Amino acid sequence: MEYPIFEVFIRSKNGLEHRHVGSLHAADEEMALENARDVYTRRQEGVSIWVVESKHITASNPENAGELFEPAKDKVYRHPTFYELPIELKHI
Amino acid sequence: MSKEINLEEKFQARIDAGERIEPKDWMPAKYRKTHIRQISQHAHSEIVGMLPEGNWITRAPTLRRKVGLLAKVQDEAGHGLYLYSAAETLGISRDEMEIQLITGKAKYSSIFNYPTLSWADIGAIGWLVDGAAIINQVMLTRTSFGPYARAMVRICKEESFHQRQGYEIMLGLAQGTPEQKAMAQDALNRFWWPSLMMFGPKDEDSPNTEQSVKWKIKRKTNDELRQQFIDITIPQAEYLGLTVPDPELKWNEERGHYDFGEIDWDEFWQVVKGNGPCNKERIAARTKAREDGAWVRAAALAHAEKKEARKVEKKTAV
Repeated sequence: MEYPIFEVFIRSKNGLEHRHVGSLHAADEEMALENARDVYTRRQEGVSIWVVESKHITASNPENAGELFEPAKDKVYRHPTFYELPIELKHI
Repeated sequence: MSKEINLEEKFQARIDAGERIEPKDWMPAKYRKTHIRQISQHAHSEIVGMLPEGNWITRAPTLRRKVGLLAKVQDEAGHGLYLYSAAETLGISRDEMEIQLITGKAKYSSIFNYPTLSWADIGAIGWLVDGAAIINQVMLTRTSFGPYARAMVRICKEESFHQRQGYEIMLGLAQGTPEQKAMAQDALNRFWWPSLMMFGPKDEDSPNTEQSVKWKIKRKTNDELRQQFIDITIPQAEYLGLTVPDPELKWNEERGHYDFGEIDWDEFWQVVKGNGPCNKERIAARTKAREDGAWVRAAALAHAEKKEARKVEKKTAV
């Protein structure tokens, strides 16, 4: 039997978000944290680690990318440049 | 059938447009298979690669050399892990990969089937073997499969220290006593040709190259990478005052590259087939590690389950 897979997220320094850096196998969360420290922060790459067992992540399916993300494409009115204002106007 | 062709055309169009492929995307079965093979063999190379170098950790000549080598070997373990993780995104388990390695179904880089006879070999490996690996890996940071490319970026960042520590060892020996210099020359003599073989067979004998280039798994051919390595490395050898063991090696003004002698491809295929000096020893070491560690893994899992059960108990008690 294999150890379950965990996904690893690292905050590189305070003020920045945790970012996904990779995955690893571990028997439990505690071991996952210890292994993540050894594998992903050997050169001070982080100040904080999150681990989560991969099975707990729900991911969108690339096949549904169209219906999920395309509707945003034609909504240019969500961007500031859609609104036409005189150029002499400042600070807006 | 026509749907399959259509999907394959679309896939190729994405590759041609420079898009990266991610694990859950549709991909041709052969693309998946090729990646599983290549990434797992790359991972195995990192892991088996720890063995020849680990051989010298306890006998490093100074503490400075020892901490450097120890850190390098630790890195190789990490690199193996990044790569196994990338391969796992394609649906093969770590366990399956390990079994493929110890049963000989999966290969690893032949270079690690050569023994490390002297301390100078550690220098030669860092300089030449890691140097050759870097050339290949820098190319792979732009490979089409996302998880593989990301693993490569991480690895390349760490790898340049490996090559520098190797060259520094060579430099120390080359500038040392005549005996030390002779030791460095001997290591170069033994590792030069196997290092050139690391780039794989000549293009005309490498049937997979064309498809790999088309899918942007590789962006340069074996011969191109080999030439690049030679052109970079010869001036470094000259700086050391050492001689590359190739009487035919000569700068070709017209080509703007070094010409070099014929590689002994019989030796290459012999080592690939398992008849190198250390093939059996390497596999035996990996098998022993797997078997000796089995009870530890089982115990850790049992402990984790117990702990989990206790947590649930507590919760229900409240």
